[in-house]
Amino acid sequence: MSDASNQSLYAPREPIYPKTVSGPFRTLKWRIMIATLAVYYITPWIRWDRGPQLPDQAVLVDLAGRRFYWFWIEIWPHEFYFVAGLLIMAGVGLFLFTSALGRVWCGYACPQTVWTDLFLLVERRVEGDRNAQIKLARAPWSLRKARLRGTKWGIWLLIALCTGGAWVFYFADAPTLARELVTLNAAPVAYSTIGILTATTFIFGGFMREQVCIYMCPWPRIQAAMMDDDTLTVAYRDWRGEPRGKKRVETAGDCIDCMACVNVCPMGIDIRDGQQMACITCALCIDACDDIMKKIGKPRGLVDYLALSDEPREREGMAPRPYWKHVLRPRTMIYTALWSLCGVALVFALFIRAEIDVTVAPIRNPQFVTLSDGSIRNAYDIRLRNKHGEDRPFRIRAAGDLALRAELEGTPYETVTVTANETRLQRVYLVAPRGSDPAEADVTDIRFWIEDLASGERVHADSIFNGRALR
Amino acid sequence: MSKKKPDVETTGHEWDGIEELNNPLPRWWLYTFYLTIIWGIGYTIAFPAWPMISGASEGLLGYSTRAEVAADIAAVDARNADVIATLASADLSTLSRDDPAYHFGVAGGAAVFRANCSQCHGSGAQGAMGYPNLLDDDWLWGGTLSEIEYTVRHGIRNETDWDAHYSEMPAFAEILSEEEQAAVVEYVLALSGQDHDAAVFGTGAALYADQCASCHGDAGLGDKFLGAPNLTDAIWLYGGSREAVAYTVANARFGVMPAWGQRLEEDEIKAVTLYLHQLGGGE
Repeated sequence: MSDASNQSLYAPREPIYPKTVSGPFRTLKWRIMIATLAVYYITPWIRWDRGPQLPDQAVLVDLAGRRFYWFWIEIWPHEFYFVAGLLIMAGVGLFLFTSALGRVWCGYACPQTVWTDLFLLVERRVEGDRNAQIKLARAPWSLRKARLRGTKWGIWLLIALCTGGAWVFYFADAPTLARELVTLNAAPVAYSTIGILTATTFIFGGFMREQVCIYMCPWPRIQAAMMDDDTLTVAYRDWRGEPRGKKRVETAGDCIDCMACVNVCPMGIDIRDGQQMACITCALCIDACDDIMKKIGKPRGLVDYLALSDEPREREGMAPRPYWKHVLRPRTMIYTALWSLCGVALVFALFIRAEIDVTVAPIRNPQFVTLSDGSIRNAYDIRLRNKHGEDRPFRIRAAGDLALRAELEGTPYETVTVTANETRLQRVYLVAPRGSDPAEADVTDIRFWIEDLASGERVHADSIFNGRALR
Repeated sequence: MSKKKPDVETTGHEWDGIEELNNPLPRWWLYTFYLTIIWGIGYTIAFPAWPMISGASEGLLGYSTRAEVAADIAAVDARNADVIATLASADLSTLSRDDPAYHFGVAGGAAVFRANCSQCHGSGAQGAMGYPNLLDDDWLWGGTLSEIEYTVRHGIRNETDWDAHYSEMPAFAEILSEEEQAAVVEYVLALSGQDHDAAVFGTGAALYADQCASCHGDAGLGDKFLGAPNLTDAIWLYGGSREAVAYTVANARFGVMPAWGQRLEEDEIKAVTLYLHQLGGGE
């Protein structure tokens, strides 16, 4: 073993003080931050009129009522495949973006990035830019330091509280819950959720920052498999920059080793060392470097979004291939096709789903009952879902040609009323007269017709009838 | 990630020229690890954990899953006290289907049935040879709510309840000759519309009127008051074949059912009655 005896096995976090930067990528990041935060905070407050007995919240995960509302779409528990489908689309979408543009999700849209960026903004406003922050960190505790730190932590905590607070609004009527929260009447689970999310936002965004990405997030470890030489990612043109040097001598490359790209990096890495796991491709180093290149009169793009496959061409002085040639390749097209296929399937499923929802479960214990007149009776549990805002009558009948008579448990009528937005379990008996085909056979395919008497819509559900010969 | 490349020791592992660096772990990670150890020790002190000779250590907090279950049951009972009281004192024939006590009774009755009745009557209440099917429309002792309740409460032919249903068919092997028994069997088969020997029909009819009609009725329709089965329908408790009927005529058969009024609570009897009645056979 080498001379590592002086080296601790465990390292404290090295604080990072990213410098302010401006440029097109920084502007883009601001815009995405505003958009994502706005979506997150505003969505639960969008109203959507669904009628008198349904919640008028556009996006609502009603765990107690087991419903998921998304604008005009209402998802019941048995339709959870929609959510599964959306998760698959999110996954394939992430693969698509990563194979085309590297870790753009991490750099621009990941909540950890967005909130860390917000926290960094607060830090800069309170404590000043990089140099002031380093100075303050090294200074001994004083009244001023305590005041600045207190202000910073206070604002962070407030943001964290708003973050956790906004989350619970997705699970209950937002205005009602807001009133309950303020008057301390909300459910304990609401407070504990807010508490946990406030704590994690405060700690992850304020103190752990890049450590969440490097040590806690699994994505950096998987994403390498999604990328190849054609993936556009943030890289350093070392053939142009090296050898780097502060003095402008004829033999030197374009890089003047000003450390601008390192100082602005929120992950604390040096992109000139090459591709590395910690890089989230947020492109702030591109903005920083382009700024310097402009000042020393060199072309932009020493650090840039580029594909590794272009390196040989660029070394020979040729222009890189256009971006679209990197983006459009079989891999991304396959991902796009898979993603679209999933989306089309979901939309299709959305349009073909019936308004009347019914499931029929034949009762198998016992499989049939012989009645005193020798007829054979089967029982079925029919689950009817009324997706409308008012009570509705449903008529249940057996298909006509088999001489089967349907009887509803508890009522002499053929009709059963299902309460608004409820599921009703109705026991239905089918009786086959002695000597009839279904009574004497072993198994007969049968069909129930269910008619919504309010709308006239009819659906059918198929099942089986067990006859005497089954035994 | 530090700005200057640290001289990191390698683990000594190398594959195709790629060396494994032995980078230090973050310190918060280490502290979190220590914290879990401390938490784990504290947990085993606070909660039952360590195996002892007789059972496990009790733990400082005195936590017990058994006590928790007992408390849960007590809480549920307390919560249901009203509906249990309603059910226990209810007149079942006038209890509304919309009453919460009705649904409580059906659901609770299913549990009572599974625990106490399914051993004989089957988990689906379909019965078996000698054990009545409770789903069909044939009832020995009547299928109204009050009749079912009476049967559940007092049972059949037991010696613990003086009010138990009681019926006794004679073993005709001691009364009739074998030819006479055979003739009666043919007549019973004819009553239920099965193939029979027409040659002894007349003899059988006369013997039936003499020996059997007092209980089973002139037309063989049975008598629920006496617990005498209907002989004309398609349901046979002990089988409707010639051999089975002959055995029954010769030896007679008696089923016994305990008096559940001595074992179950009032609300449990009412509950299982409601459950049985809504199974599809209730009258």
